[in-house]
Amino acid sequence: MAAILLVQSFLASIGRTVLGVCRGAGSIAIFGADGVSHIFRPPYYPAEFGRQLLRIGWFSLPVVGLTALFTGAALALQIYAGGARFNAESVVPSIVAIGMTRELGPVLGGLMVAGRVSASVAAELGTMRVTEQIDALTTLSTNPMKYLVAPRLLAATLALPALVAVGDAIGIMGGMLVGVARLGFNPAVYIQNTVDFLEVMDVVSGLVKAAVFGFIIALMGCYMGYHSDRGAQGVGRATTNAVVSASILILAANYFLTEFFFAGA
Amino acid sequence: MNEAPKIALTDVAKAFGSKRVLRGVTLAAAKGESLVIIGGSGTGKSVTLKCVLGLIAPDSGVIRVDGEDVARLRGAARERYLDKFGMLFQGAALFDSLPVWRNVAFRMLSGRKRRPVREAREIAVEKLRRVGLGPETADLFPAELSGGMQKRVGLARAIAGDPEIIFFDEPTTGLDPIMADVINDLIREIVTEMGATALTITHDMSSVRKIADRVAMLHDGVVQWEGPIAALDDSGNPYVDQFIHGRAHGPIEALR
Repeated sequence: MAAILLVQSFLASIGRTVLGVCRGAGSIAIFGADGVSHIFRPPYYPAEFGRQLLRIGWFSLPVVGLTALFTGAALALQIYAGGARFNAESVVPSIVAIGMTRELGPVLGGLMVAGRVSASVAAELGTMRVTEQIDALTTLSTNPMKYLVAPRLLAATLALPALVAVGDAIGIMGGMLVGVARLGFNPAVYIQNTVDFLEVMDVVSGLVKAAVFGFIIALMGCYMGYHSDRGAQGVGRATTNAVVSASILILAANYFLTEFFFAGA
Repeated sequence: MNEAPKIALTDVAKAFGSKRVLRGVTLAAAKGESLVIIGGSGTGKSVTLKCVLGLIAPDSGVIRVDGEDVARLRGAARERYLDKFGMLFQGAALFDSLPVWRNVAFRMLSGRKRRPVREAREIAVEKLRRVGLGPETADLFPAELSGGMQKRVGLARAIAGDPEIIFFDEPTTGLDPIMADVINDLIREIVTEMGATALTITHDMSSVRKIADRVAMLHDGVVQWEGPIAALDDSGNPYVDQFIHGRAHGPIEALR
């Protein structure tokens, strides 16, 4: 009898978890759809959008730039060392360029911005929830989804591709610096190799990924902050959940987008 | 009360999980009247206010403002409905990222009530003056203000749109007795001057005596007593008597 109860309770806990995950996913999807719909419906808040664009895009540039620079440089060393086993050292420029634009630029850039932006958005909205500022917005005839969520979703979705484009260029440059200074490549040949092997689709797929990651980052930050529990602990939990969920969703979305763009290639 | 009430709640109930906070609140405030709801912490005073504003949807019951059923309002109609209101929050709820004048003029800086920035600022400075703050505070940020000043800014924001109805959520909580008295005086003056309907929730008896035309006592999710302020001391209601005299013993159970 005790064993049956134990099994029942085990199965019930699995059921509860599955239902909780489904409820959470549905709630995030509805929240996201509502946020997106407000991007297209007036009134618009261009000043708030501009502020978020600056905060999410411009102020993330150093983080993304440095990440790309060192990743590109390390990538060049790794490919050179690996390629030397097959006398294929010359592939360094092309693999660095493809690796950065298709994969490492958007994914690492996205993860770095997730850490920076998801956390700050969740903390900001969570604090606004706890201190009743979100309720105050409503009493001032301002829809919080329109004023707080829509500008952040739009700004992050537009800012990430721009950030990743700059990051790609810096990463390729990082690879070239190491290639020229440490591995003995001729700068002109390095650039020529990069240009010859890089295709438009490599860059475009990375930028599309970046836009999706930007949306995920803002969505998780806004959702977790907007639904933050009361108290400092609630805001802390919202911040952690935002970063963790955004990071996992970025990695999952990256797989599916890669499958979509390159599975048949 | 011959004319239709400005705000009317009929049998409003709300539960959070198994906790039934409101069990059928019936309450009305006439146009231009200052109604104060008293009651201990956790008795559903804030939930009542939030139900009227539509921030929380009641499980049952009807809330009418100017005869209009609040539950049916959506989109633009709801925004127009909220234009009638001003609210002073317990912690002022000022927007940290905006300077004081933008907080006060928030409604006038976007949306349907948008005005030129210079004009909005002038109105904000005038409203700040009305609550006893000089123009030098206009460019400060909320974090640079004391608790009393934040309450004044919150009050200026609440009256900035010349609302027909003003809600005050624990207006004197966290203030010293002198500042609390100043805020009470300001509320009374402004409500009278504007002719607005005021709904205040508080457990501060000095606020009640300064602000109220009528008082309603909320306990156990229902209105236990309501009547004019003059009848408060002789209500004959054991809940009210225990509450206004702050006694630990009586029908209201206190955790000890």
